[in-house]
Amino acid sequence: MRTGAAAENQGAAWRRPRLIHMKHPVLIFLLLFALALPARAQDAFTAGLTGLGTGFNQTAESVDRLGASGDPRALPLLRALNDGRLLRRADGALLIRDGAGATDALTGAAADATGAEVVRLNNRVRVALRGALGRLQLVSPDPAERQAAAEAVFRSRSAENVPLLDTALARETVPAIRARIALALAASRLMANDPENKLLGVTALGATASPEARAVLLEARATNPAIAAQIEEAVAAIDQRLAVRRAAETLFQGLSLGSVLLLAALGLAVTFGVMGVINMAHGEFVMLGAYTTFIVQEALRGIPMLQPWSLPLAVPAAFLVTAACGAAMERGLIRHLYGRPLETLLMTFGVGMMIQQSVRLAFGAQNREIISPAWMQGTLMLPGDIAVTQNRLWILVFSLVILGLTVAAIRFTRFGLEMRAVTQKRAIASSMGIRTGRVDALTFAFGSGIAGIAGVALSQIDNVSPNLGTGYIIDSFLVVVFGGVGSLAGTLVGAFGLGTINKILEPWAGAVLAKVFVLVAAMLFIQRKPRGLFAQKGRAADA
Amino acid sequence: MIHRLPITRRAALAGFGAALAAPAIRPSFAQSAPIKVGVLHSLSGTMAISETALRDTVLMMVEAQNAAGGILGRRLEAVVVDPASNWPLFAEKARELLAVSKVDVTFGCWTSVSRKSVLPVFEELNGLLFYPVQYEGEEESKNIFYTGAAPNQQAIPAVEYLMGPDGGEAKRIALLGTDYVYPRTTNRILRAFLNSKGIPDSDILEEYTPFGHSDWQGIVSRVKRFAGEGKRTAIVSTINGDANVPFYRELGNQGIKAEDIPSVAFSVGEEELAGIDARPLVGHLAAWNYFMSVDSPANTQFKAMWQAYIKNPRRVTNDPMEATFTGFKMWAQAVAKAGTTAVDPVRTAMIGQKVDAPCGYTEEMHANHHLSKPVMIGEIQADGQFNIVWKTPNAIPAENWSPFIPENANRRRG
Repeated sequence: MRTGAAAENQGAAWRRPRLIHMKHPVLIFLLLFALALPARAQDAFTAGLTGLGTGFNQTAESVDRLGASGDPRALPLLRALNDGRLLRRADGALLIRDGAGATDALTGAAADATGAEVVRLNNRVRVALRGALGRLQLVSPDPAERQAAAEAVFRSRSAENVPLLDTALARETVPAIRARIALALAASRLMANDPENKLLGVTALGATASPEARAVLLEARATNPAIAAQIEEAVAAIDQRLAVRRAAETLFQGLSLGSVLLLAALGLAVTFGVMGVINMAHGEFVMLGAYTTFIVQEALRGIPMLQPWSLPLAVPAAFLVTAACGAAMERGLIRHLYGRPLETLLMTFGVGMMIQQSVRLAFGAQNREIISPAWMQGTLMLPGDIAVTQNRLWILVFSLVILGLTVAAIRFTRFGLEMRAVTQKRAIASSMGIRTGRVDALTFAFGSGIAGIAGVALSQIDNVSPNLGTGYIIDSFLVVVFGGVGSLAGTLVGAFGLGTINKILEPWAGAVLAKVFVLVAAMLFIQRKPRGLFAQKGRAADA
Repeated sequence: MIHRLPITRRAALAGFGAALAAPAIRPSFAQSAPIKVGVLHSLSGTMAISETALRDTVLMMVEAQNAAGGILGRRLEAVVVDPASNWPLFAEKARELLAVSKVDVTFGCWTSVSRKSVLPVFEELNGLLFYPVQYEGEEESKNIFYTGAAPNQQAIPAVEYLMGPDGGEAKRIALLGTDYVYPRTTNRILRAFLNSKGIPDSDILEEYTPFGHSDWQGIVSRVKRFAGEGKRTAIVSTINGDANVPFYRELGNQGIKAEDIPSVAFSVGEEELAGIDARPLVGHLAAWNYFMSVDSPANTQFKAMWQAYIKNPRRVTNDPMEATFTGFKMWAQAVAKAGTTAVDPVRTAMIGQKVDAPCGYTEEMHANHHLSKPVMIGEIQADGQFNIVWKTPNAIPAENWSPFIPENANRRRG
């Protein structure tokens, strides 16, 4: 009985969805052909429609035909396909969904969408779609669309596009788009059959500093042995121009890693560097800051007006939350252990584990999603075509601003003055009427608050999970010790120095070994100079 | 041999409660000792993100089995321990489950390193472990049943797909992974496989990163450069755990579209995508033996059961959860067939057990302790679900000894 039921179920399982496997490609092809014959008599557009939504290969071919037709009616249809709004009804009718209703793709009349299925895409269809949309949008009145179209035509590169691009180039007035179209034209020329056109393409591509042009040239080298020498020359010319840019990008990556280290270490530079407290729960304060960001984001969900501001608003919120936790920890526990670094280390380590597990119980072990605002997504092109990712750039700027504010707070405020006084000579500061206990609490709260702010920034590039902090604690201590305990300038130089060295080493050694090298180098350095780059006097330095 | 255990107070109470609540429907369990089900998944540390859902799956299955009358008229009782993502602690906790709690069966482990750590314990004390995650193969123990995929049920078909017309005819492959035994062994198998398909070593980039790596700028730029050498390139990712989130975010930020450089991942499922804005990732691929979007009656039932148990209609299911579900059902069937929970008869009864799995196929346990499984390739959708773009027509048997690892290939059993 069991085997019978199993066989029956197996039969059901083998009934595959229609879209995944077309069992009879020949049959389908004949059918398409039969349909295409009378359709050709009508026009290229209706002929192009057959096959949409019958299988990935058929859909891709159909998209190619629609793109080649150049018919403006194809544009809304292909856009709908791209956005997942094109439906196919069981009777073969194609519908475009807009809002709640649907319209017939051919006639534009309202249509009944019951039982209609979305025409699905795979990467092959997406490639065809990009090329077809590119061809059709080259004449669009919207400059952004023309730019995207030039990009798409460049990627699809086919010799058939040469006349189309020629006319587009002649008509184009925006310089940036002209450049893109020229590049697409050169790449398409390279695909042409006559050697003259090919050479024109090679020369034009060789005059750029674009990695994509380089890839196109290398691709063409394999198939065109006749002009291999010219191609080599063009690639070498591009490589020369790219060398500077690559160096700049590596430098940016190093600075970006440095800024993350700086943010993570800055709070520690205050609590450990200035006060001499080994706070193993520092990473957990960073994590609390990230969770505060999540809470602020969720709280503002209902207020559309404030929503885009959730990230900036999270900064003060995270500062206050973690500063309060820090103050509580200092008053409740740490102050009883001053001068006993080993006990402080163990106690803060335990507190860190408790914070971590409480967060896991309260929020679950899963990652929490923080939505990146639009201005923190994508890549920004700096002058010289240096590509930098927006989120990293903002974090770099943010880390420097926070560093500036921290320095200002220590230098120019009364609290900073008292803090420095207590650090340098506690007894004298006390005899001058400074309440040293209060200053200790405030200093620890201040350092913890900075850790919380770091958490806001890190929520943009790392996972908001209960483990967030553990990954940063070792690096933070490394930066502070390497830079020189008690010196903010040392923390700055240490963070950026270690970040840059790491990123320069990474291409040679790989991510794992690069980190090992950096650790070994820092160890050797501290052996030679135990007080770090910028040795300073402080309670920790005196100890 | 049946473990005779004193009836615990809680078991007696629960049995008593059940008997009181529905004496007509539910049998009273109070007479016999409960069957103990060990749960050995990390509930803290870096793997907690993935493994807590598996603990919940086992607890759900235990509850459902008890509601259906238990097995052999006996109640099931779960014994949960927390090995805390600490590999040596896994071995200690396994020993505790077997020697102190005297469990009849254990469901557990995620990473291969944790499985390697508990294997000698299960063999020494003759325990029974169900391991529910895809892994690198090259292992076979009489005390372990592997309900996840072997490399030929996931990695190799996925790479073949990338090299085929639908996957973009890739000629250059970047193998990115986390630095431990699973990615390194899988990539070793894949490298041998790619070489056999005519892809030279110069067209393969292999990169490893530590657990929890978050700064992917350098590696993603290197892949971009690697792809710019004039041949179609694809990424094969064995990146594990939460390092995936910043990796995909970096891919999105650097503008790498699936149309240009598709990537296929072996350890990214619905659960991992739940913490990330999936819109920039549409079109990137993952290979598994089950996706939440599978359309089958068994899956509809499985999803409803899970969401009802966890009391959250938005919680997702994933492949290792399905493998846990399937493994549990097979074990329950085998115990019923053997008429006892003793390890040796159950082990014999396990071979040939079939379950209509939520993946929509009938999976069978073979003599090599591995399942026959279908292979599916899914595309990431904007909502974090997968759209299945390719799957094998049949469930295929596992080759746990890969023919691409020469020194072990002859260990294959017929």
